[in-house]
Amino acid sequence: MHELSLAAGILQMVEQAAARENFRRVSRLHLEAGALAGVEPQALRFALGALAPGTCLEGAEIAIAQPAGTARCGGCDCDVEISSRLDPCPRCGSTRLRATGGTQLRVLDLVVFDD
Amino acid sequence: MCVVCGCGSPSMRHGENVAGSSPGGSRAPGGKAHGVLHYGGNPAGMSVPGISPTRAVQIEADILGENNRLARRNRAHFLAHGVTAFNLMSSPGSGKTTLLCASIAAIRSRHPGLPLAVIEGDQQTSVDAERIRATGADAIQVNTGRGCHLDAQMVGDAFARFDLHAAAHRAGSTEALLFIENVGNLVCPAMWDLGEAAKVVVLSVTEGDDKPLKYPDMFAASALMVINKIDLLAHVDFDVERCIAHARRVNPDIDVLLMSATRGDGMAAWVNWLIPEPVARAGGRS
Repeated sequence: MHELSLAAGILQMVEQAAARENFRRVSRLHLEAGALAGVEPQALRFALGALAPGTCLEGAEIAIAQPAGTARCGGCDCDVEISSRLDPCPRCGSTRLRATGGTQLRVLDLVVFDD
Repeated sequence: MCVVCGCGSPSMRHGENVAGSSPGGSRAPGGKAHGVLHYGGNPAGMSVPGISPTRAVQIEADILGENNRLARRNRAHFLAHGVTAFNLMSSPGSGKTTLLCASIAAIRSRHPGLPLAVIEGDQQTSVDAERIRATGADAIQVNTGRGCHLDAQMVGDAFARFDLHAAAHRAGSTEALLFIENVGNLVCPAMWDLGEAAKVVVLSVTEGDDKPLKYPDMFAASALMVINKIDLLAHVDFDVERCIAHARRVNPDIDVLLMSATRGDGMAAWVNWLIPEPVARAGGRS
């Protein structure tokens, strides 16, 4: 499951930040996974939970923002919001959509303990 | 340095609005205490013994950032060596390795002398790399263990082991071909940039024509869909036009080729797609 690879990448980024910013424990991890990023937030949460024990992420609250996908509709020539690649255009019902956004997968910020 | 704005103040931390802030004052390691300690900045508005103060740390970085950095490095490396790399993805058993073996033979007869190599990705065994080597092409096997996809680091490491250099590289032409046969998986490889020129998804007619809708990320990420095993069409319930319509719905720009790797159907068009004319290779043009 690729969420495990992604969780390992997230942990690595947080550990690098810990060394750079001099903290040992994270209170809250704020992630962003766009609706079209190909990531299942629950699976990512589960994977992070599996990797967290013994690391600076242990016990941290995980917040995952899920910005909507955006697409250009070839039917009505408008920019629309979609929640999956299979959604028809919410304005005209056309399936001729070209995804334009909502694929981001980022670590946004951390709240860390100063101890 | 301040973690938020990067100012040069060595010991102060600017207060943050998110879930509290540190009291401030000096944190210089081993330094003497100075400055003022403020305890009102956290959500309780006061110091609460036993509750550690917290601060925010901005990251705002792509989770795939490191992979993408290595992929860009691979891409630059391929360009410098005149290598065109293709990332072949599919479910297990769609015929990728058979297609590659047949392709190597076809490319050799059409473009003799063109350097060819394959990076084989599987969880375990060297079975596929050995099949490729039996055709005379170089192959490196990458075993991912429990991993379900190749990543840019693996491809970079494998490529370093090849001696795949063009004699004289001319911009815009194919001097050498690298195939990356990804781990059989219609889900995860779609997300990982390996530094390839294009992703190719291979779908065999025994898998059902609805797969582009069921696995949209894979088909959205691919430049080409190869519908393989068309020699079996008479025996399965596979509607080619419907499959193409499904794929074009998730990716309006996807190219489509129909193939039978075992029988040879579609091989010429596939070689043309891989190596658009004119091509330059050591010794002259075709």
